[in-house]
Amino acid sequence: MIENKKYTNKYNFAFIDESTKKEIRRKLLKAVAIPGHQVPYSSPEMPISRGWGTGGLHITLAVIGKEDVFKIIDQGSDASVNACNLREFVNFMTGCQTTFDTAEATLVQTRHRITEEELNEKQIIVFQVPLPEPLRMVERYENKTLQMHAEADYAKMWVSLYESYVRYGAIMQGAGYPVMVNGRYIMSPSPIPRWDTPNLHQAKTLFLYGAGREKRLYAVPPYTDVEPLEFEDVNFEIEDFSDASCYKTGFKKAFLDELYADDGSRKYVISDSNFLDKINGKQETHQYNNKYIDQLEAYDLE
Amino acid sequence: MGYIAVKGGTEAIHNASELAEFYRVKGDTTPIDIKQIRAQMRLAIDKVMGEGGLYAPEYAAIALKQAEGDVFEAAFILRAFRTTLQRNYYSEMINTREMFVKRKISASFREIPGGQILGPTRDYTQRTLDTAKATETGTDIKTFLADFDAKIDPEKLEGISSFGKVIDLLKKEGLLKPVDMSEDHSLVDITREAVKFPAPRSARLQMMARAETGGLMALGYSSQRGFGSVHPTVGELRYGSIPVKVKDATGRSRYIGKIEVTECEMVTGSKPGKKKTPPYFTIGYGLCFGHNETKVICMSTLDSAMRRPELGAPANDQEFVLYHTEGVEAMGFTNHLKLPHYVTFQSQLSNTRAAVERNKKSNLEAETWAQLASV
Repeated sequence: MIENKKYTNKYNFAFIDESTKKEIRRKLLKAVAIPGHQVPYSSPEMPISRGWGTGGLHITLAVIGKEDVFKIIDQGSDASVNACNLREFVNFMTGCQTTFDTAEATLVQTRHRITEEELNEKQIIVFQVPLPEPLRMVERYENKTLQMHAEADYAKMWVSLYESYVRYGAIMQGAGYPVMVNGRYIMSPSPIPRWDTPNLHQAKTLFLYGAGREKRLYAVPPYTDVEPLEFEDVNFEIEDFSDASCYKTGFKKAFLDELYADDGSRKYVISDSNFLDKINGKQETHQYNNKYIDQLEAYDLE
Repeated sequence: MGYIAVKGGTEAIHNASELAEFYRVKGDTTPIDIKQIRAQMRLAIDKVMGEGGLYAPEYAAIALKQAEGDVFEAAFILRAFRTTLQRNYYSEMINTREMFVKRKISASFREIPGGQILGPTRDYTQRTLDTAKATETGTDIKTFLADFDAKIDPEKLEGISSFGKVIDLLKKEGLLKPVDMSEDHSLVDITREAVKFPAPRSARLQMMARAETGGLMALGYSSQRGFGSVHPTVGELRYGSIPVKVKDATGRSRYIGKIEVTECEMVTGSKPGKKKTPPYFTIGYGLCFGHNETKVICMSTLDSAMRRPELGAPANDQEFVLYHTEGVEAMGFTNHLKLPHYVTFQSQLSNTRAAVERNKKSNLEAETWAQLASV
């Protein structure tokens, strides 16, 4: 009988077995209860490479239900190759409907971006996190960073930001700009551009973070304070696109990707592919508001 | 099944994977039989099972075939398959004293209980390229096997027995440092929970048992070469098969089969303890699935090394050793650099452009001041 069953391995709904899903959901509840705190979890192997979104997948597969409408983006794009592979995997393992439309999705998985359109209370966004530990750049040992978080001892982090300012005249941290969550934990928002960082603050949506290889989960619940680290006189700044606009739409008030043509000339295009389609199709969009992008014009004033 | 949205990249990845499959079979040769891989690629299978963390020679062979012989990739496939299986039992502790020994050597004593048994080893062969293998036929193999059988004298065959261990000799004499269980009150299961540091020994050994051979070798070698202070002697190295048992619902121990393992017990001097404690020997331990001597030698070296933290010795540093020898994770993350990073790069570009601009401006100011001063 064993012979007969050998090659007929059936997968559970959403691939992961139920007891492991339960474990992941419990750890997520803990993460939501302690905003910004990293919770260790089992992080079972997936048929996707470590470092290619396994943590995000764990969360997605642990929380997804049959009625969910799933969207996945990588660098803001629905068409990015790894996102396509993960979309097919989730669809194959759950049968859930997938979408490109940010407004239609109930569950969004992302790598390196937050959607340009604002997400609401009923949506969940799951981040793929490569390096969950914001203090890793100043302290290489896990047992030491654990202690630093426990004691809220973030002196090394502040000093490194100060040193960056002294050396280069600005805080040189690019994507994944460290944030203070709920006034307690310093957290890595995953390598999202600084453009997206202010959108975490007092947001309507539940943000879940999964770092599969490092086996850590964390979360920012809705309506939580999330502040980028800054000094009174040296402030956090988002990326500057003041001289650029999307070559397809002329739109300026969005994170732009820089493109190079064969002749070396440079142009820009809206990074969020669904947002680009909507702007291009003159559809209604509902962008995030924050004090950084609110000052920007949507189009060149001419 | 729900509607799946399809866009640009989807077609590209489908074509790419089809092309990879084409590369696997494009020679249009006879497919390799799984049985052949099991029989003739024994050591590759053992590596895949060990690093994949699943004792399943047949599945390891399939994985190797699927991965075109890439041991890393095959181990990864086996690991991913493993997670789809429910853990129903934990096996009873295996006792390697019950091993059906196929090879057993000690470097610390000339004679050991049961004698030195070389077993199947290529250690004492000249590694010349055997071009005769290029034309090997089925008949050659049959002839070899017949000759081999003929050489066995049934008169001289002894009954199956097991052998005492070298460390038992040292233990009896009181030369081994008494073991305390302070590190492990209960066994950690690294497949069910994230390891925390400092990691207990059970977690360290489990992680190394699944670690990538090359990674363990690099660090084990570094320790022997001088980055650290471990001076190991192979107390005993064994390869053979051992029975595995699980407890059934009534609490009775049931035999479920046997697995092949390689085991190494490495004797080293212990860390100087409190005053007036003698310089006991300690044992570094290594065990892995299948036949992989390099792995267990390095594993046991690192087991000793990690118990004595030392500045400037990566091999003695738990976090360094355990995180970075984990092959499936290391391979995944190093390869993820192939994924697009243009958003994060854009963020860095923006910073760097601004910094270069600031630098130009301040240089210009400095020049202006210099010109003014020279007037």
